[in-house]
Amino acid sequence: MKILVGYKRVVDYNVRVQVKPDGTGVSTDGVKLSANPFDDIALEEALRLREKGLATEVVVVGIGPADLTAHLRNGLAMGANRAIHVVVAGEVQPLTVARTFLKLIEKEQPDLVILGKQAIDDDASQTGQMLAALWDRPQATFASKVEIADGKATVTREVDAGLEVIQADLPAVITTDLRLNEPRFIKLPDIMKAKSKPIDTIELASLGVDVHDQLKTTHYAAPAKRSKGVLVKDAAELVATLKQKGLL
Amino acid sequence: MSKILVIAEHLGGKLNPSTARAVSAAAAVKPEIIDILVLADSVEAIATEAAKIDGVSRVLTIARAENAHPLAAVLAPQIAKAAAGYTHVFAPSTTFGKDVAPRVAALLGVAQVSDVMSVDASHTFKRPIYAGNAIITVEADAAHAVVATIRTASWSAAASGTQSAPIEALSLDVALPTHTRFVELKQGKSDRPDLQSASKVVSGGRGVGSKENFEIIYKFADKIGAAVGASRAAVDAGYVPNELQVGQTGKIIAPELYMAIGISGAIQHLTGIKDAGTIVAINKDAEAPIFEVADIGLVGDLFKLIPELEQAIG
Repeated sequence: MKILVGYKRVVDYNVRVQVKPDGTGVSTDGVKLSANPFDDIALEEALRLREKGLATEVVVVGIGPADLTAHLRNGLAMGANRAIHVVVAGEVQPLTVARTFLKLIEKEQPDLVILGKQAIDDDASQTGQMLAALWDRPQATFASKVEIADGKATVTREVDAGLEVIQADLPAVITTDLRLNEPRFIKLPDIMKAKSKPIDTIELASLGVDVHDQLKTTHYAAPAKRSKGVLVKDAAELVATLKQKGLL
Repeated sequence: MSKILVIAEHLGGKLNPSTARAVSAAAAVKPEIIDILVLADSVEAIATEAAKIDGVSRVLTIARAENAHPLAAVLAPQIAKAAAGYTHVFAPSTTFGKDVAPRVAALLGVAQVSDVMSVDASHTFKRPIYAGNAIITVEADAAHAVVATIRTASWSAAASGTQSAPIEALSLDVALPTHTRFVELKQGKSDRPDLQSASKVVSGGRGVGSKENFEIIYKFADKIGAAVGASRAAVDAGYVPNELQVGQTGKIIAPELYMAIGISGAIQHLTGIKDAGTIVAINKDAEAPIFEVADIGLVGDLFKLIPELEQAIG
């Protein structure tokens, strides 16, 4: 079984992103970039399936500029067998990402595609679902448990009502939620080993994907700030304040 | 003029309040019509409820045995077909809407606008990115249908009960896949108010310390008639089930009163509560970031303060 894993690079989750004063974007100069946390979880799950003998090959896929190579090396150091780097200068929107993955799927013929449930930069939460639609295959989003047997995936999903279990025939798309696993740390010897692992480089333009973006971001604004409130001295004062506001 | 199709969310034969919130967002587009689409195995009760929502022109129903459970792969082809002639398809940005809407968008070959907070014009919307650290204005291509999910915390539910829109059954010729099957839903049984629509929410965090200690949060919530929520740390630690998680990757809520107890206030949590009316923080660490956004703060030990609060409430 071959597994494709989406591996996006995003502004690190600890960075408090600032909007540029002129509203043209957010300041990303010099900020720390890391793997999208959900994608680390996706890669970890794929590696565990390989370690259980259920998968033979794990391929990480990144879409982005030339300097994305270093990021993909991290995925290889974590344990992926090889990487595919789809090179494109600017940002790509989820529909374009899904169309790009579909092209890679046609070539790679994976049995499973594991993606993060959302990227923590655009917070769109779309790519996995769109890919499953275009591929005409099952989707199991927001996964917190994955079991693979007899050509089927039994996936526990974190939904608003609780935990939903669904069964999907492979090939399928799974998107990861936070509690699926805890990704391993990269060890120094693995970084050395990763240097000799292959990264295929493909220009997005060469894939024949419709890259026409349908959404235009015209303005960035800082969120409305909540003003700092008051401290009360004890429980009695808190209850009195809430009663006064009609909240208790 | 815009014609909007709103996808109804429901469970156990009951309409989810998120649907009426999506209708509010649809009304903000000032459309010619707002139709609600109900997909279920048994549609009558849900459709009757949906028909009462103000501003709804028609309720369209697709009753099929395959629609007994909300499987995106099964629902999306039906929604995509029903969407013909509409300028917009809206779904609530709940796990239901997040699962199915992008699948519909891809079938229609259109981009999706996720988590719509406000409507500037028929094709111009505001939505949060970076866990709410930036709000962007997005323009969708008017040549295509707009598929959008609605950030329910940004919209109050459209009023209900003064009207009864016509209900029409759709019969669409759509072949449905069998590659995805529902197995079960493990649902925490609770008599407490629903976290996503409750007017009061009491949340506990890592500071609560254990699953056993969380009883103090449940008890206090019951005392004031509140729903119970939790931070990611409390869910990860196994104190409470996942459906109680509030924040960027959990539920985004807007109660009138939100009480954060033993929650430090990571940005990912704060993004889930910033539309709350009044935020109360109780934490023993006076430097905790939660106090930066709290309207009312109380520094101290929650295990001492909660019994005192209960006593003061009487």
